[in-house]
Amino acid sequence: MSDGVASFKVGDSKSYRVLKSSGRGLYNFFGGLAILFVFWWIGGYFISINPSTEHFAAFGPIPTLKAFPELWSAGTIQNAVAASGYRLGMGLLIAVVIGVPIGILMGRSKRFREISNSPFQLLRMISPLSWMPLAVVVFATWNQSIIFLIAIASVWPVAFATAAGLAKIDPAWFKVARNLGATPIHMMTKIILPAISFDVFTGIRLALGVAWIVLVPAEFLGVTSGLGYSIEDARETLSYHHLTAIVLVIGALGYILDSTCVLLIKHFSWHRGDSA
Amino acid sequence: MSIRGVRIKIEELSHRYTSKSPITFDKVNLEARQGEIIAIIGRSGCGKSTLLHILAGLLKPTDGSVRLDDVLVNAPSPQWVMMFQAPHLFPWMKVSQNVGIGLHFAGWDESKMRDRVNDALDLVDLQDYADNNVQDLSGGQQQRVALARSLVMEPELLLLDEPFSALDAFTRASLQRDVRSIAKRLGFNVVIVTHDIDEAVLMADRALIMAGSPGKIYDELEVNLPDPRERHDTEVQAMRTRLMEAFKTAANEHPSTSSKDASDESSPHNVTQHA
Repeated sequence: MSDGVASFKVGDSKSYRVLKSSGRGLYNFFGGLAILFVFWWIGGYFISINPSTEHFAAFGPIPTLKAFPELWSAGTIQNAVAASGYRLGMGLLIAVVIGVPIGILMGRSKRFREISNSPFQLLRMISPLSWMPLAVVVFATWNQSIIFLIAIASVWPVAFATAAGLAKIDPAWFKVARNLGATPIHMMTKIILPAISFDVFTGIRLALGVAWIVLVPAEFLGVTSGLGYSIEDARETLSYHHLTAIVLVIGALGYILDSTCVLLIKHFSWHRGDSA
Repeated sequence: MSIRGVRIKIEELSHRYTSKSPITFDKVNLEARQGEIIAIIGRSGCGKSTLLHILAGLLKPTDGSVRLDDVLVNAPSPQWVMMFQAPHLFPWMKVSQNVGIGLHFAGWDESKMRDRVNDALDLVDLQDYADNNVQDLSGGQQQRVALARSLVMEPELLLLDEPFSALDAFTRASLQRDVRSIAKRLGFNVVIVTHDIDEAVLMADRALIMAGSPGKIYDELEVNLPDPRERHDTEVQAMRTRLMEAFKTAANEHPSTSSKDASDESSPHNVTQHA
């Protein structure tokens, strides 16, 4: 198949991740985190012994870990994750609902691809956060504005990955399917979607990476829920150990979401060498 | 499986890709008996593959008509299925899913479909591979899956577009033998397009020689040989020589524009595949 080279690269990073489930992988996983923790602890130690920074000592790992039970029992983490998760999920959903058809159109119609290229490339390069002032004017609530920002950040990776997936489809598959009596709906559900699902999920994974970065600063303003708000709130109340705890939650959740995408990509991949 | 052949009637068939492009082939007339296997031999560029696509309803003729038992072919149908040089299997499906895809398109229910798929896999000797991923199969096995995928629709007419040219000699020989014996057993028609004279001798009841640009059928020979046919049989060898002579004569008298090597009779395999 002509896409052998491209899929190999993805395959390599994937098999590397699969290693984590093996013994050595697990060892590396915790070993790496331990090293990060040590650096953090050293940094925290220097902050606490320096008189000019000592009231920031709560940034260190020990106060942060102590903050977790407090934040959990107060429901802060759960509420923040639920609010942010809702916005992220809605934004991504909108991005997929819009981005996949656009990507299919780009892959199927040369004319559409050519004419849409310049506007899409231009829109794609606009930092999603720069839409914020406009979004606030257009949408009734801050919540909707944030969902819009997530959606507009995510739609491009999804659309472009979908189009790339379609470009790799063997045109003979359509000929075979047509010959065997496929209707246009069969073409979509049995040929196109299974053929590109790997690429769509790769796009969603890229989109998630961008959306997760956009989400937190987008929540700094206007809203009174979510991970971004919790960071702002902790900063204003000078509870620095809460701040670092939320930062840690953001990192861990992002990692989990990304790994979930990797598993989905693996599940939907039919490229040889990626699965099993 | 109950399959029956058809009478093929091609009348005054002409084709050009666009109104500006040259005529691919001109006023082709051809009839085939019910259950007959015909081979169309020609160099690349003579329009034989285009002719096959029109027979399959995948391309429209510029002029003329194709009728199968008086039914006009003007669209693709599982009743007249085509096999290509590459198997073009769907790599995300198991062998059995690939074979059953046409039945799925036709809305068959699961259990009836399974029985029919198993019958088709039996025919091509792949009954033990139903649950394998098609990517784990060899080239010959993949082409057998493609054959089963076509046979499962109980076609009246099987169209083969140089389907074995990408396989090694041994696998090719066994598929050539098997396709002929399956077709004869079940009784459906076959049209093979090939540049391999041996293939025509081993598989066909009648060989047609197509040459020139625009392409035209210049000669035809009945291949009256008993089954099973082996490459080294003297009768097969004699027929091969006769066919080669006829092919050379036609090719020299009506050279196609794309072939520079009109006298290159020893290596018909080297002719490049026309898209």
